[in-house]
Amino acid sequence: MHKRYSSSPAVLAVAIGSIIALAVGTDVASGPLNAAPRKSVSREGFTLRSTSVDLPYDEQPYPDGPGAEVMNANCAGCHSASMVLLQPKLSRGQWEGIVRKMLDVYRAPVAAEDVPAIVGYLEKLQPR
Amino acid sequence: MDRLDALMRAPLDRRGLLAGAATALAIPASAQQRIDLQLPGGPSDRPLTGGFPGKGPMIVQRVHPPLLETAMDVFDRDVFTPNDRFFVRWHWGDIPTMIDVASFRLAIHGHVRTPLMLSLAQLLRMPRIEMAAVNQCSGNSRGLFQPRVPGAQWANGAMGNARWMGVRLRDVLDQAGVLADAVAVRFGGLDGLTVPGAPRFEKALAIDHARDGEVMIAFGMNGEQLPLLNGFPIRLVVPGWYSTYWVKMLSDIEVLAAPDDRYWTSKAYRIPATPGADVAPGSKDFPTVPITRMVPRSFITSHREGQVVGQGPGVAVGGIAFGGDSGVAKVEISDDGGRSWRVAILGPDHGKYSFRRWDAPLSTGQVGRQTLMVRCTNAAGLAQPMQPIWNPSGFMRNTVETLTIEVRTDA
Repeated sequence: MHKRYSSSPAVLAVAIGSIIALAVGTDVASGPLNAAPRKSVSREGFTLRSTSVDLPYDEQPYPDGPGAEVMNANCAGCHSASMVLLQPKLSRGQWEGIVRKMLDVYRAPVAAEDVPAIVGYLEKLQPR
Repeated sequence: MDRLDALMRAPLDRRGLLAGAATALAIPASAQQRIDLQLPGGPSDRPLTGGFPGKGPMIVQRVHPPLLETAMDVFDRDVFTPNDRFFVRWHWGDIPTMIDVASFRLAIHGHVRTPLMLSLAQLLRMPRIEMAAVNQCSGNSRGLFQPRVPGAQWANGAMGNARWMGVRLRDVLDQAGVLADAVAVRFGGLDGLTVPGAPRFEKALAIDHARDGEVMIAFGMNGEQLPLLNGFPIRLVVPGWYSTYWVKMLSDIEVLAAPDDRYWTSKAYRIPATPGADVAPGSKDFPTVPITRMVPRSFITSHREGQVVGQGPGVAVGGIAFGGDSGVAKVEISDDGGRSWRVAILGPDHGKYSFRRWDAPLSTGQVGRQTLMVRCTNAAGLAQPMQPIWNPSGFMRNTVETLTIEVRTDA
């Protein structure tokens, strides 16, 4: 689970590159080159301040069982496992429909051969 | 890592880096309280945690992308929901974690005479309006549907009320000059996709609605800038309509010469074309329409389900109501399971789109369980239905809510 999100050197380099590009773009957009980006914008008694936050990331894996590995590999990139684990008891047909929607509409890159294992795992969930 | 994997993970890695933490923050289990949402059949237990930026204790439905619900007791304190307790809902996980107010631009383009790139300073200089309005998720209360339906399993707290300050969308559109053949306006935000090729989150309004003078671009929320998770620096406010239209981190406004045919407007967020979005449980293949206007709702916030109260001359029962797309005309309360109703006293009127406080002194002469119900009728004459509605997406619940208290001599 954890390893899945750690950055490989190649991705890291690309990401750092894009941050540098972003920073240059920011300077150009906000005024003369090399000007420090302004921290706030204030007009007519209202101030907006630049914001930077850390968002929590959920590393809770899917509970062990047949198919758990496939769930962790295919589903955790877009959403926390809690989205699945907090669902009420659903039928196999309902889960098939949901998995189909993830593939067809939300373009989840799931290999066709993994679909039965995913549906099988979901169908066996016992919500508590 | 193969190429597809790299594509998939790049946005996540970028976010991790921008957040300044390769291993993202985990919320320590010790910092969590738990809350029971009383969803029929469960699962009903959720963490209540303060681990999100700009947020106090929130009910965590999902960490990423965040789905954070407001606990009902928050609504008992004030008709305006504090920013740090206001519910949060994102569709895609690629949420910018840094916003530079100096370089931020709002693009207005498409069927306009003069495409614009407005800075926040320019928006702050325009004529301002302020309006109290309820922001409610289409699927608020989905977890209470019976039979249960899939989706975010919210109890009643995917809603909030704030004083929104900003500029009229109409003024911004007029500045760009809407062309005569315009029929709709599409809105997009800074949030990106975690999967290439998937539908970016966008919503559209008809041109006349967009220009009605009420739809606004808000930069203020209860007198402060918006929390990042509620759409900083600006979001669309569509008074009286469900929050799916209230696009967060609004960065792109496109005037269209044809109705929006993209996924989120044309295919998602649809309800049965029946009164109250109600169909028989299990129904399929019925005609659908996009969800739009909200309907009246009311809640008891002074007491929790099952709360024990002492026998005496009376107990102060109260809560909040809203009319949906029109004001609150009347709130009634029943203590006999809906056989008889008494009119509640309404608190100050903050405008037709706001929560409104109601209070009703209740006699507690009889010992035992008392079933309380509350019902709102809006200014258009629409009242909450007694029978629960059902539709497969779990949208638009506004059934009369029931709460049981227990009167005891020894309490």
